[in-house]
Amino acid sequence: MKLPRWSTLIVIVLLLAFPMVVPSDYYRHIFIIALMWVVIGSAWNLLAGYTGQVSFGHAIFFGSGAYTAGLCASKLGISAWWGMLLGGPVALLVGLVIGWICFRLRGPYFALATIAIGEIFRLVATDWRSLTEGMEGILIIQTFRSKIPYYYLALFLAGASVYAIHRIMQSKWGYYFVAIREDQDAAEAMGISAFRYKSLSLMVSSFFTGLAGTLYMNYMAFIDPHVVFSLHDVSIMAILVAIIGGVGTLWGPPAGAFIMVLLQETFRSAFFGLFPPWVSESHVLVFGLLVIFVIRYMANGIVGDWPKIQRLWTRKNPMLPANDGN
Amino acid sequence: MDVLIQTLVSGILIGGIYALIGLGMTLIMGVMKIINLAHGQLMMVAMYITYMLYEYLHLDPYFSLLIAMPVLFALGALIQKYLLNPLLKVDSILPENQVLMTVGLAMVLTEIIRFIFHSDYRSVKTVYSNATLYISGISFNVPMIVAFGIAVLLSAVLFFFLLKTDLGKSVRATAQNKDAAILMGINAEWITILTYGLGSALVAAAGTLLLPIFYLFPDIGGPFTLKAFVITMLGGMGSTVGAIVGGVVLGIAESLGATYISMALKDAVAMVIFLLVLIFLPGGLKTLTKI
Amino acid sequence: MSFFETRHLTKHFGGLTAVNDLSFQVEKGEIYGLIGPNGSGKTTVFNLITGYHPVSAGEILFRGAPINGLPTWKICKLGVGRTFQVVKPLRRMSVLENVMTSAFNRTGKKSEAMDKAMEVLEFCELLKKKDYPAKGLTIGDRKRLEIGRALATGPELLLLDETMAGLTPQEQTAGAELIRKIRDSGITIIIVEHIMHVIMNICDRLLCINYGQDIARGTPVEVANDHAVIEAYLGKE
Repeated sequence: MKLPRWSTLIVIVLLLAFPMVVPSDYYRHIFIIALMWVVIGSAWNLLAGYTGQVSFGHAIFFGSGAYTAGLCASKLGISAWWGMLLGGPVALLVGLVIGWICFRLRGPYFALATIAIGEIFRLVATDWRSLTEGMEGILIIQTFRSKIPYYYLALFLAGASVYAIHRIMQSKWGYYFVAIREDQDAAEAMGISAFRYKSLSLMVSSFFTGLAGTLYMNYMAFIDPHVVFSLHDVSIMAILVAIIGGVGTLWGPPAGAFIMVLLQETFRSAFFGLFPPWVSESHVLVFGLLVIFVIRYMANGIVGDWPKIQRLWTRKNPMLPANDGN
Repeated sequence: MDVLIQTLVSGILIGGIYALIGLGMTLIMGVMKIINLAHGQLMMVAMYITYMLYEYLHLDPYFSLLIAMPVLFALGALIQKYLLNPLLKVDSILPENQVLMTVGLAMVLTEIIRFIFHSDYRSVKTVYSNATLYISGISFNVPMIVAFGIAVLLSAVLFFFLLKTDLGKSVRATAQNKDAAILMGINAEWITILTYGLGSALVAAAGTLLLPIFYLFPDIGGPFTLKAFVITMLGGMGSTVGAIVGGVVLGIAESLGATYISMALKDAVAMVIFLLVLIFLPGGLKTLTKI
Repeated sequence: MSFFETRHLTKHFGGLTAVNDLSFQVEKGEIYGLIGPNGSGKTTVFNLITGYHPVSAGEILFRGAPINGLPTWKICKLGVGRTFQVVKPLRRMSVLENVMTSAFNRTGKKSEAMDKAMEVLEFCELLKKKDYPAKGLTIGDRKRLEIGRALATGPELLLLDETMAGLTPQEQTAGAELIRKIRDSGITIIIVEHIMHVIMNICDRLLCINYGQDIARGTPVEVANDHAVIEAYLGKE
């Protein structure tokens, strides 16, 4: 689904104004996290939704970016902000190596390999204490006490990643990515090196995911292997963000990121204290039910199946063709 | 030398249980061509059933097999019928839709159990939990031996079913070529339901057998899901003999890793083996023997 | 030196020899027909030429240079285009996007790819349907799209794998016309086809294979009257 230019503009203006209009640090925090998920979800979507290579291991790149920033501070004694320069490229290199290993195989092998590599990263990061401090994690001092600089940084990263992916999908690369997703044999016969273009897609995807990891380190000021290399909280969350919003659509992951983070917060805070505290334990359950519901009834996600959703309350134009977002 | 033999013995014994986990997974993979990422979680549910039966009715865990297996069979069949099969009719961008569904299922199962039982560690302490046999200096944990025996028995029954009965042959036919099987008059949908049920029942058996020797907590499913696909990958996806070999190999590898590398990296050993197999032997161990 | 040739091309699948010591030459600008009963190895020959299967023995030469061992996409880049017997449309892309993706083979610029794609669509008479999603096309149009996509990669040699199967007689006539038009634009064609009146009409030379071996070659009339060919199709008396 393509948003018309003016509604894109309104979204941008609203997001720019948000921290000025809303004085609450709590809501600013939620939005920073949501914007971070916009980056990760969009990056995952480039690889899976557009190129058709489902990754269960985006925590690898998130964690690589986060640890690059963290190690800048803990080992090199320089500011963790250097991670903003180094985190993306480091994650990209990790992606390059993983692609080189995995993309010679087809089908579910890539998905399987990413789970395994993700677990290896987590276990090694936990065990290699001399480098990573293991489960004690890396603690830095936040540069800014205000949330506002982090907010605008997150907004910039989110905007940059969505725009970059938009531009890529309009170019030769984009056409090649979708061709590989649709039919790899046909793609090869059209002169497309599936291996090369899958690797390119993975590199872009891991680059942005690494940046998000760096942002996380600088903003949260604490990481440990179980947080940033988590299969559930990062790798699977990235998948959820994309499929709930809509895979293979530009605006699906951003929508999914805000839905997921807001939902998570709503439940975690037991509907902002309105409900009894046990509700706060149920947010993962709600996520799980949501996944089952979305996959069963809205296979293309909220953005992808938007025309279908609209039809639920507006009866006009029932023959509107489903848009695939290409 | 004794340490090595001891390590191998415990590896093989635990490998028997792993084989059951792998058999369930490989059946599902063979027939449905999907990775069941809720496999360990189904096992966890079975373990809680057995735990409850022990705690409230004082049923011996081995007896609970007779209850946990049918219950999980039913649960698996329902999941396949109402959640997985309908997805075949949906045209979605990602071919891995069914796999993602199992991820959702895994989350829901874990959280429901956490809701009921909280995250506390639990265990079933039977009189024989710590019973040990010594044969020429090598110790054999009694529940492990019993578990190994039952695992072998169940595998034998499964093989008889697959090789000798019409229904079992239908399952194998569907796994080999679904379209051809449908043309031969096999009701493939019913076979998938049966298969997911069987896979769940087998992993339920594994969970129940593990219970006297293991802790139980809601998040135990995840690591076992990982183990399940390492086993299946080792053996070659969809190969039943392979799953048994894979289970035993994983048991031994973990055991060796824990003894000679480090307890913490035990799980990493499994993952590294997995990755090596994936890269250098993508068909699994069965490609070595060509059977 | 022939424009395209295979020398002692052989392919084993396990114990089965699908293509056995097959040598043939194709000259620039001709339409070369490859015929044979079902399962005789025709599609396997195409899969070998385009690198989907590695050859077991023998050589494939395109403009004098060996191409066996190259990956599929490189062979396409060198100027060998192909269609698939079971059509493979990129289902969620429009007809135009399908052909544009191919056109990117010779350019990195979107506008140039678009121009090339429009030109090809016009040539294949698919222009009116350019915005249809590929999954919504009729079988006849899918076959045309398959040809259009192969053309947009800018081939000098085009391999057509049963592009007429499943078409109505009118569509077949139109298809034959299209294939002649492609040849007249300077592209050499190797065609696998079952529909005999089409093959007889458009091919300059024919090669008939059975069990992966050549049993007859020559002009369409010569091959049609060959005893071995008649036996292969109808069985021995």
